[in-house]
Amino acid sequence: MIANQIMFFLFSAVIIVFSILTVTSRKILRAAAYLLFVLVASAGLYFMLNYQFLAAVQLTLYAGGIVVLIIFSILLTSQINQKFEPVEWKKALFSALASIAGAFVTIITILDFKFSATAEAAKEVNMRLVGNSLLSVGKNGYILPFEVISILLLAAMVAAIVIAKKAGPKNPDPQTTKQE
Amino acid sequence: MNTGVPLIYFLILAAIMFFAGVYGFLTRRNLITILMSVELILNSVNINFVAYNRYLYPHKLEGFFFSLFVIAVAASEAAVAIAIIINIYRRFTTINVEDVDTMRY
Repeated sequence: MIANQIMFFLFSAVIIVFSILTVTSRKILRAAAYLLFVLVASAGLYFMLNYQFLAAVQLTLYAGGIVVLIIFSILLTSQINQKFEPVEWKKALFSALASIAGAFVTIITILDFKFSATAEAAKEVNMRLVGNSLLSVGKNGYILPFEVISILLLAAMVAAIVIAKKAGPKNPDPQTTKQE
Repeated sequence: MNTGVPLIYFLILAAIMFFAGVYGFLTRRNLITILMSVELILNSVNINFVAYNRYLYPHKLEGFFFSLFVIAVAASEAAVAIAIIINIYRRFTTINVEDVDTMRY
């Protein structure tokens, strides 16, 4: 019980501090590293809630895949030792006001609402259950979103390659025309 | 669910993370940092789904699978967005949103 609470407060402190640092840090590579900490801490929360498979997916796909992709694109497009200029105070003020007001309203609503849990026994999530429900067509089956997501991933892969590849010889090379 | 941590704590944590992402989305001007703010937002929504699933409907798996699919959508979104960002960088040699104004009216 106590250990759980300590772990939860540790993870949530990491998440809150580093997610604010992610959006305010003036060095872009550091922002990416802070994002990595946030994602790893939320994987820890999933472990705490006993969803081991989801935590593993979070670690491999989010922390391992997306952050590495972001860091690669930072290295390709930015000067890493260059700092962003500070945000205009007016913009920062109004954005902060909007976000704090939104958070305030949300938290007030959450505190007001009475959540009622079901009394049914918890289901243990093991790999057999996950695989069976992903591919089952019956009740509690998720075959349709599974197939849709597989087509989406294929389309995203093709789109990423088509968009990012260099222009063919027909088009003028943008890099040479820009240097004039 | 006997973890000693009430559901509300998870929801408040996710709300704070979500609005940190919103703040970044509004103030950042670099495309990659905007993408990072979007990832924060998606991740906070995932935490919400999983916490609801575990605390309120532990005999079902809807929130679990939904967050699984959200992670997949986030991955494909990041891949396509980064391809677009690299293409923009090739054309304009900058990824600052205010300098990329070819389509501005």
